[in-house]
Amino acid sequence: MADRITLKVTRYDPGRDHEPGFQTYEVPLRKDWVVLDALNYVKDKVDGSLSFRWSCRMGICGSCGMMVNGEPKLTCATFVSEYMPGPVSVEPLKHFPILRDLIVDISDFLEKLTKVKPWLIREEERRVVDGEYLQTPEQADTFRQFSMCINCLLCYAACPVYGLDPLFTGPAAIALAQRYNTDSRDQGTNERLDILSQHDGIWGCTFVGDCTRVCPKHVDPAGAIQQYKLTAAKEWIKSLLMPWGGR
Amino acid sequence: MAGPTEYLPKTFRPRVSTYWWLGRWSYLKFILRELSSIFIAWFVILTLLQISALKRGPADYVQLQEWLRRPILVALNALSLFFVVFHTVTWFNLAPKAMSIRVRGKPVSNLLITAPNYLAWLAISAAVAWLLLRG
Amino acid sequence: MGKRSNEPFLWLLFSAGGMLAAILIPIHVFLFGLAFPLGWLHGPSYQSLLELLKQPLTRLYFFVLCTLSLFHWAHRFRYTLYDGLQIKHLDELINTFCYGGAALGTVLAAYLLWRIP
Repeated sequence: MADRITLKVTRYDPGRDHEPGFQTYEVPLRKDWVVLDALNYVKDKVDGSLSFRWSCRMGICGSCGMMVNGEPKLTCATFVSEYMPGPVSVEPLKHFPILRDLIVDISDFLEKLTKVKPWLIREEERRVVDGEYLQTPEQADTFRQFSMCINCLLCYAACPVYGLDPLFTGPAAIALAQRYNTDSRDQGTNERLDILSQHDGIWGCTFVGDCTRVCPKHVDPAGAIQQYKLTAAKEWIKSLLMPWGGR
Repeated sequence: MAGPTEYLPKTFRPRVSTYWWLGRWSYLKFILRELSSIFIAWFVILTLLQISALKRGPADYVQLQEWLRRPILVALNALSLFFVVFHTVTWFNLAPKAMSIRVRGKPVSNLLITAPNYLAWLAISAAVAWLLLRG
Repeated sequence: MGKRSNEPFLWLLFSAGGMLAAILIPIHVFLFGLAFPLGWLHGPSYQSLLELLKQPLTRLYFFVLCTLSLFHWAHRFRYTLYDGLQIKHLDELINTFCYGGAALGTVLAAYLLWRIP
């Protein structure tokens, strides 16, 4: 096994550069190194000006998502040795505006996330003294898969629809809306549907399915969106048959 | 998005290439799946042509059959068959994702949703063929 | 209902058409497009096909199959044009072409099937 590998890393300084370019670094190739380790090696030993986000190093915080050889990956969970003999390209997540080097601006996602109200909505809030909302393990099981999302945004980088139409609500936000819709304690399905049944909500999705493929937590946003379409269609029929059924 | 300010610095927004669907196998598969719809529309046109020829009389009908024997039409219909089967397979394979059926709180395995679809496809195709071939 | 769109309706047509097309169209294309013209199988005669088509149930079958398949095409093709060619700004033109085409096909199918002697 060769003992070094070349990284091709995106560099962009908004104050100086017109557009991003690549810079190559040679790093040691260690069997137990993930891409994030290699980037940290560059930052510590070679070029301190390289900027990237990371935190937990264990696939929980969701902040180290980047394009590795063109695929959206958590760099803390992607071994450099998989890309032998190199070079390995490391780019910022696709479809987001680049702030600097490997850092992207995710404010658009954060706005959308708030819009779909990802929290328990109750028609009438129970008083604290009345105790908690109970739930059986089976009921908890219906939404567990969707609740695994760590907001790493790999799904947005994989979604061509989001790339083409930034107004599209996008995979993770819709999956998280579905997480609360399928929660037995929640009563906000209709409220969320009003937002997501608009054109830029669920209907923009053409079921490419790549969001599900790249999700490191097996959330299956593509499935969530299709299920949501089914729900929206059922609601539409209901409102057609019973236009007086006020909500 | 607002322009650069002190707290919202200048960003670079890359453009999606017009040929983005060539960039990855899953994208290409997607665009082929979507393009299958053209061949479904072509099937409808062909069917309406057949019905219209049937209506106009035996001579017109024979003429249409002659036309369908031309190599270019045979090639087109062979391509159509590939695409409509591709549509069928992708449609059935994606169906379980859109449904998420649960029985007694447990998710039903994908095979239990996909398999009946394939069986129905075979049975109904056989029935259609029998209806057309018996006489 | 406020700003909710007619997308659910179009999506239902798309889905129904997709299901019907998946189950029925391959055998039709195989028989009428390849097996009969190439003589692999002996197709039905003109007379028996006409007899079959005279039955109301057959006409209904072809009407539903054609209509829903066309609306399936319209929906998919519309999004293919949006995303594949990046021409979403032409959406009014695209919608008219796709759904208008499907509606036109529906009328044509109804006329042809209605007027069978």
